[in-house]
Amino acid sequence: MHTVQARPSRPLPQRAFLIVGALLLAAVASLLVAGMTGSIAVAPGELPDALVQVLQGRTDSMAATLLELRAGRALTAFVTGGALALAGVMMQALLRNPLADPYILGISAGASVGALLALLLMCAAATIDAAALGGAVGVSMLLYLFARRDMRSGAALDAGTSMLLLTGVILSSSCMALVTLMLSVAPEGRLRSMVFWMIGDLAGAPVRPLPWIVLGAALLYALRSARAMNVLALHADNAGTLGVRVGALRKGLFFVSGLLTASAVTSAGSIGFIGLIIPHACRFAFGPDHRVLIPAAVLGGGSFLVLCDTLARTVVAPTQLPVGAITALIGAPIFLYQLHQLRK
Amino acid sequence: MSTHDTQMSIRTRQLELRAADRILVQGLDWEVGRGECWSIIGRNGAGKSTLLRTLAGLRAPEGGAVEIDGMPVTAWKLEDLARRRAYLAQSRHDAFAYSVIETVLSARHPYHGKRYWEGNDDHAAAMQALAAMEVDHLAARDVRTLSGGERQRVAIAALLAQDTPLLLLDEPANALDLAHQVQVMGLLARLCRQQHKTVIMIGHDLTLAHRISSHALLLTGDGRWTAGPVADAMQPARLSDTLGHPIDTIEHGGRRIFIPRETNHD
Repeated sequence: MHTVQARPSRPLPQRAFLIVGALLLAAVASLLVAGMTGSIAVAPGELPDALVQVLQGRTDSMAATLLELRAGRALTAFVTGGALALAGVMMQALLRNPLADPYILGISAGASVGALLALLLMCAAATIDAAALGGAVGVSMLLYLFARRDMRSGAALDAGTSMLLLTGVILSSSCMALVTLMLSVAPEGRLRSMVFWMIGDLAGAPVRPLPWIVLGAALLYALRSARAMNVLALHADNAGTLGVRVGALRKGLFFVSGLLTASAVTSAGSIGFIGLIIPHACRFAFGPDHRVLIPAAVLGGGSFLVLCDTLARTVVAPTQLPVGAITALIGAPIFLYQLHQLRK
Repeated sequence: MSTHDTQMSIRTRQLELRAADRILVQGLDWEVGRGECWSIIGRNGAGKSTLLRTLAGLRAPEGGAVEIDGMPVTAWKLEDLARRRAYLAQSRHDAFAYSVIETVLSARHPYHGKRYWEGNDDHAAAMQALAAMEVDHLAARDVRTLSGGERQRVAIAALLAQDTPLLLLDEPANALDLAHQVQVMGLLARLCRQQHKTVIMIGHDLTLAHRISSHALLLTGDGRWTAGPVADAMQPARLSDTLGHPIDTIEHGGRRIFIPRETNHD
């Protein structure tokens, strides 16, 4: 028996630290770019001083004021992008389908129904968020009731997850039918805000601690389950024979990704493509091992949305584009390119 | 652990298996001891895979119980059980681009406890298993690019890396070329005889099964079953009855060869 020297794809802890470290730097850089860019740019020379001021809680200079204003929106973009990317990774592992995204099971469609109903009835901003959350939670509960049996281990091999997928797709289209109905009866004046909500928009998105708490808790759960997620992704139902509690893991992935999606959609509307292309790009670049993929997707998704949002508010300034349009415009070609590369 | 190893046994009590309303196996009282190598033989749909999945604890029986080391399989902690028995599924579907070595390392999951990364011992076990299946040169390859036979050998390597005293294999010779069929079967026989592992496998090659197995379980698919040492269980008359086709045997070089009798196609 000969020994094999090369271990090319061994997920060395060092390699993981390198990747996560690099992405962490990229995340900080994206936040700084977002803080500097806008109708009035902050020069790189002013940056250190302004940053110190913001961190100390005083905004004496113009640069510091601008930075603080933009930082809130950039941080919301980051937490939303990170949550959507992580939800995508979890949904793909749950359904064992790399083409799944956080919206596929209709959670965002449910949120749209709630939010649009609130917009139609001219409710206050806080009520719109609450209605969106209510819609997302309602669809999740309905989905769980329908597919509860299929999430157990031993539920007829892969048939279980395809039942969950089908149920979700049908629920999603029912919600979209309600959305179309509301859009068609909405008065002219409210249509614009409703459409913007649907596309996903970070303008006016409130700065709140809750999305960070949700993302932090979800990340903790995901990292603790990362090894089990690898086993589930590889062995499906037979992961049970390797000591993975398949039923509990599937339920966990379902609820945590649903929570992340609901949290992201509630604060920024249904921003598309992040949950699909970021996990894909990270898998393409760093491999499918969830122990690396999970932190990489969170950091990558966050940075990507921060940059997209910066683009959305500057590209045709003073008009602000909904960021969802930018992510789709950038995301679709990248995704097609990746698919094409994979086939070669 | 060592006391467990000497007691390794799997036993069924009044086991009953059904598919829809059809009774596949009824009243199966069966005991498999340490170091025994069993072949499960039967027609398509006779309940062989259903039985193996039930033994693995992946599905609940319709009646009776399965015990491993004297404890009901349902009472085991999954992680402890994963260090006692390994299961090779009949087929697999790879959705993600995991590499071969990652696939085999995933079989070390039950040994990791709370650790985040594998240790060097896991890598050593994985590489050794890959070498035993002659697929160590594929370690870095994407599993989705492998041929059917290569993928099967990688799956068996993962089973070996799991390093359990009990191995349950659903058609291990599936998709393997002739040379590798013989090699894999020889390896399983050696595991039983030299390392006293217990093997229960499903196979359709009677000659190969007869050569390497110590025992055989025949399932008729209507509830009836026969279990015993190959010399008793693998009588041509019994096999003909079980498989629903007349079977002849010839002796060649000290080996018994099973051949299906020709039927007229006129």
